Amino acid sequence: MSAASTAEPAFVAKTKTGRFTDFVDSRVGGSGILREFGRKVFPDHWSFMFGEVALYSFVILLLSGTFLTFFFDPSMAETHYDGGYVPLKGVEMSVAYSSSLNISFDIRGGLFMRQVHHWAALLFVASIAVHMLRVFFTGAFRKPREMNWVVGGVLLILAMAAGFTGYSLPDDLLSGNGLRIIDGVIKSIPVIGTYISFFLFGGEFPGTAIISRLYMLHILLVPALILLMIVLHLFMVVVHKHTQYPGPGRNDNNVVGYPLGPVYAAKAGGFFFIVFGVIALMAAFFTINPIWNYGPYDPSPVSAGTQPDWYIGFVDGALRLMPGTFGDWHVEQIFFGQVFTFNVLLPALVPAGILFTVMFTYPWIERWVTKDDREHHVLDRPRNAPTRTGIGVAGFIWYCVMWAAAGSDLIATHFHVSLNDVTYWLRALFFVGPIIGFIVAKRVALALQRKDREIALHGRETGRIVRLPHGEFIEVHAPLDEYKRYKLVGFESPEVLPAVPNEHGVVTRKEKRRAALSRWFFEDRVAPATPAELEAAHGHGHAAVESTEEAKSLTH
Amino acid sequence: MKALSQKRRHPLAAIALLLMGLLITGGLYAVATTVNEAKASTTTYSASDVEEGGKLFAANCATCHGMGASGSKDGPSLVGVGAAAVDFQVGTGRMPMQMNGPQAMKKPVQFNDEQTHQLAAYVASLGAGPAIPEEHLLDEGGDAAAGGELFRTNCAMCHNAAAAGGALTRGKFAPALADVSGKHIYEAMVTGPQNMPVFSDANISPEGKRDIITFLKQIETTGSPGGADLGSLGPVAEGLFVWVAGLGVIIAFTIWLTSRTS
Repeated sequence: MSAASTAEPAFVAKTKTGRFTDFVDSRVGGSGILREFGRKVFPDHWSFMFGEVALYSFVILLLSGTFLTFFFDPSMAETHYDGGYVPLKGVEMSVAYSSSLNISFDIRGGLFMRQVHHWAALLFVASIAVHMLRVFFTGAFRKPREMNWVVGGVLLILAMAAGFTGYSLPDDLLSGNGLRIIDGVIKSIPVIGTYISFFLFGGEFPGTAIISRLYMLHILLVPALILLMIVLHLFMVVVHKHTQYPGPGRNDNNVVGYPLGPVYAAKAGGFFFIVFGVIALMAAFFTINPIWNYGPYDPSPVSAGTQPDWYIGFVDGALRLMPGTFGDWHVEQIFFGQVFTFNVLLPALVPAGILFTVMFTYPWIERWVTKDDREHHVLDRPRNAPTRTGIGVAGFIWYCVMWAAAGSDLIATHFHVSLNDVTYWLRALFFVGPIIGFIVAKRVALALQRKDREIALHGRETGRIVRLPHGEFIEVHAPLDEYKRYKLVGFESPEVLPAVPNEHGVVTRKEKRRAALSRWFFEDRVAPATPAELEAAHGHGHAAVESTEEAKSLTH
Repeated sequence: MKALSQKRRHPLAAIALLLMGLLITGGLYAVATTVNEAKASTTTYSASDVEEGGKLFAANCATCHGMGASGSKDGPSLVGVGAAAVDFQVGTGRMPMQMNGPQAMKKPVQFNDEQTHQLAAYVASLGAGPAIPEEHLLDEGGDAAAGGELFRTNCAMCHNAAAAGGALTRGKFAPALADVSGKHIYEAMVTGPQNMPVFSDANISPEGKRDIITFLKQIETTGSPGGADLGSLGPVAEGLFVWVAGLGVIIAFTIWLTSRTS
């Protein structure tokens, strides 16, 4: 015993704080965690911060939502309003609506918190959307991040579910109309639709059960699932490390950036308060979901301008675009004694189904086409993957057309055009828009690549005309510095992979399809300038002039 | 009673019964229809009003509505539309119409109050129709909550629950109701201008109309308790705002945070 103590005297901190931290550290190992995480390197780019915005919005949603649960009562029992808002005094309504009004008018700070919660919800889904667009267009979903892309997609769906269940809670006219549409969509599902609707609403719409059921989903199940997915998402970010934009010294084996501690931790912490501040300012100065305008829900009235929150808008827009008849043919049909309400079923489920299916499977589609099984940690500039960029823009435009259709009435009134014409145009764009978007985006990307190649090979045009001794005129091109040139030439450019026979010597039909897709993806690719080409371009005539000119300009 | 039962086989009994039946049906019908009709013109206009109105009409309106307001292929007959219709259409500047379109647009008023009164007198003299509402119906002293319920059930599907207006088919629209006088709101309800249906007194009682006007004026004076109302247009305006202003400001901050002094 005494031998051990003489060999290694135990560390004793000098100050009280030191002794306290040492006590905690020797039990939870905090310094080890800090050492590991504090040294994690993150690359710096503004487009990498949207995931953070989503995370912070979620934290704000949890905080403000907890405040709201203290005062919200999800009961559909009938009551007569007796609060501070005079135009609704004495009106018969549900306890849920009455308590939402009380939060708005009779609870100190309640209206502010309601508006913080709602604005944060809109920002939450919007920042997820922008984050996913960034990930898609830069190819950050490639190996090893395919699973994390799927987790992100699930988060988007959960965020929409959280938003929709919350939208329905106040039991005002707007939310009731929204629920009615959902009820209609559910009922349009053949055979089982009516059963699901009865099961969900506990009887015929609206019943007395739906608000409390949605409330449980909204405050318990959906946030718990979101939290679980966020943990998975961030865990994978740590495991995979962060991606980085291409640049000198950056490759698939390193991460160039700043360590988390101390600068990044401070920046991220500050950014949380910036996001909080922006949301708080919006909530303080701009009203959102003025439930007192809409009145209590009653299945008979519908207000003009009834729309879902923006993230459900594209489904609403698709419903608005769907015609009920094609000439004399009615879209609603009766087969085997069952009514098939295709005019609701198709627009409500098919576009969203296509969007999410393509979104979830896209990493595997591209992987299959390119046969690329390598890890990618350096991002693509969108122009350097023209077909992917084209596909992304096509999907984006398709979404936006449906999204715009959800506001067709406001487009008509604000631009003084006919509502019918708005619908006809959007119907046309629904089919043509994505095709035009694909072609234009791909051509623009290819053109930008050609410009990059041109600049890498011949430098920047300076506008200076020089006459050579033998009388020839040339324009001087300023060569790029190496760092800038790296960005223009240092990218991967997959080539067309023709179909190859399998081990039995057979070219399968699937392989042929893959080859066809590969051709469609890459046949018109613009190859990056090779070292040989660079050498050749700088070896001949005016490269020499350029360098002497450069030397001259440096001397004077 | 006995005398009556003895005479029930009199040769004229059937005719008497028939007459009685007709009288009762006719009388009930007359009562019912007067209830259904908005109050017919009771205000008396002076003969000079009517005469002056006739001159104004011939000079300004007859091109489309025809001499004697009997209508032409360019404009409907105004016989029986009543003084309320004239007061609304002329008093809000919708008539004389600036140009043909999906519906007559509001614009600066073309006639002064006296001329409008004279035009109303002339049109009212052509046939009975809804009169200009009496003052006590426009005093905004009704029940705002009841008016709100009536408004949401009858008006909100076109005019929006917050009376911010909305779109109709083929370029027609229901206008926003802020800054519309109580008198014009009432007149619109009883005459159904442009594409609006008529809300007769049997549909919404005069007191109900008074409640609706009270409600509309109250939400107008209350303003927006939650800050700028973004046009009271609902989730589309909110979504646009969060994408443009909210995300815009945040993107500006992200650029600032990741910028390096170079």
